[in-house]
Amino acid sequence: MNQTQRKHPRMGCLYTRLAFGAPLLAGLALAAEATPAASSSATDPLWMVGLKAFLVIFGLLTAFAYMTLIERRLLARIQIRQGPNRVGPDGLLQPLADAIKSIFKEDLVVARADKVVFVLAPMISVTFAVLTFGLIPFGPKDAFFGYDPWVIDLDVGILYVFAVSEIAIYGIFLAGWASNSKYSLLGSLRSSASLISYELALGISLLAPVLLVGSLNLREIVEWQHQNGWLVLYALPAFAIFLLTSMAEAARTPFDLPEAEQELVGGYNTEYSSIKWALFQMAEYIHLITASALIPTLFLGGWRMPGFMEQIPLIGGLFALPYLWMFVKIALFLFFFIWVRGTLFRLRYDQLMVFSWGRLFPLALAWFLLSAMVVAFKWPVAVLGWLSLLSLVVFSAYVILTAKPKPRALPRMGAGD
Amino acid sequence: MSIAALAQSMGITLKALFSKPVTIPYPDAPVPLKPRFHGRHVLTRHPNGLEKCIGCSLCAAACPAYAIYVEAAENDPQNPVSAGERYARVYEINMLRCIFCGLCEEACPTGAVVMGYDFEMADYRYSDFVYGKEDMLVEVEGTKPQRREAAYTGKPVKRGYSVPYVRAELEGFKPPK
Repeated sequence: MNQTQRKHPRMGCLYTRLAFGAPLLAGLALAAEATPAASSSATDPLWMVGLKAFLVIFGLLTAFAYMTLIERRLLARIQIRQGPNRVGPDGLLQPLADAIKSIFKEDLVVARADKVVFVLAPMISVTFAVLTFGLIPFGPKDAFFGYDPWVIDLDVGILYVFAVSEIAIYGIFLAGWASNSKYSLLGSLRSSASLISYELALGISLLAPVLLVGSLNLREIVEWQHQNGWLVLYALPAFAIFLLTSMAEAARTPFDLPEAEQELVGGYNTEYSSIKWALFQMAEYIHLITASALIPTLFLGGWRMPGFMEQIPLIGGLFALPYLWMFVKIALFLFFFIWVRGTLFRLRYDQLMVFSWGRLFPLALAWFLLSAMVVAFKWPVAVLGWLSLLSLVVFSAYVILTAKPKPRALPRMGAGD
Repeated sequence: MSIAALAQSMGITLKALFSKPVTIPYPDAPVPLKPRFHGRHVLTRHPNGLEKCIGCSLCAAACPAYAIYVEAAENDPQNPVSAGERYARVYEINMLRCIFCGLCEEACPTGAVVMGYDFEMADYRYSDFVYGKEDMLVEVEGTKPQRREAAYTGKPVKRGYSVPYVRAELEGFKPPK
């Protein structure tokens, strides 16, 4: 390292890595370098970590089961129907009935499938979907009966999230390949292509906040937001991109190419039945729940109450209350995802790809560069706040200017024409 | 497709989310029927209690499905069953053959056979689908299986529909509450 680089270690690092064309790695490495002395935690005894891991998995699986019910009920209400309400009081036992049904259905294994991989694929999907959630902090230190309200506290937090959710794509791809069926293979190719494309924009959109905070640790990101204000204020475009791409990562409706029921026979899980099929659904829902927990953690202040409400006398005391606000925020995002699913149509495959590579990816990259500039030149963070506002204004202007005029009534095609 | 339109559609679904579902939870709630619904036939009576049916078999002649069987008999002048010279000793409609077209009602010169509202006639045996006079006279409530269930449970007959009003042809017919 020569003298200039030592003066500006961040910038030197930034420019060399960018030259290699690996901005994702660069940004993460940069953030890691910017991290102050690695904060070690691991204060909890091992049995407690095990118990919390069990609780998280149990909670996730229950949440998945009831999310299916909630989603079906909400979609039904959006379509002015009632939804499943026959099993148990108001349909509350529907998930149980579904579970029993999918366990006892005939479990077909295609004769010419690669049996080992065929069985392994749904397990890979679910396992790696579950792994991410333990990272999310649900409260301050020692909030879980004297223990920490998270399972693992990793300094490479976000990196770990990406690593694990990338491996979940293997589940999908192996499922398609092991089925030895053309439909499955095509479906899995489609989905892995779209998932990997969106993973890119997802990663790069996250670089900006990570740069700003200077840490990959989710707990520290929440703390930073407590001190400086929510990250959505400083990285609005990144927030928007992250929201869209995590929808795509969870294979939700506008981007649900992986299981476009109406066009594919079912995508990568065509040949799956019974509990194996349910495991894929489970993985997808857990991805969704994880995304709805990650977005608030990264951009909306995590488990803390909105800062301005701290001043309000009566409810200000709830400020540092663990769990409550996190659950509220998760529920809000889950509702948002369901609402979007009830409204929007599926993108065509080429539109999907153009949207990812042509719109989200450059936008995320541009915002990352802006943030990097602000951090590198040590400008105040407020600049990014103003830039966020500017981006909102530009976006609104774009929406208003490109709004199509109302179409004129079509000429009538009658007998006289 | 502009982004403004996307936002607008999100608003539309949100509005739908808070509107009342149009679904009628049928077995739990009664089906609202139109007053002119073509349901199980009703054999009506005159206000003085005499049957309107005079056993002329015009309904059977009009029936496109050959579902109606009528056997007439002379009225006893001292103790008449119907208002005419003759009455229907046997009046049977096979509900499995009936297509509920209502031509019998149109053919009836006295307005004796009228389409009612009952439609829950699902049953087990073929013979149980042949409805006789005892099943169709105006004072009889519900269908055969419904009345069988009512007798079994000791509760009143539960008719699974509701009508805003009963049309005038169904003289003396009592709709469900």
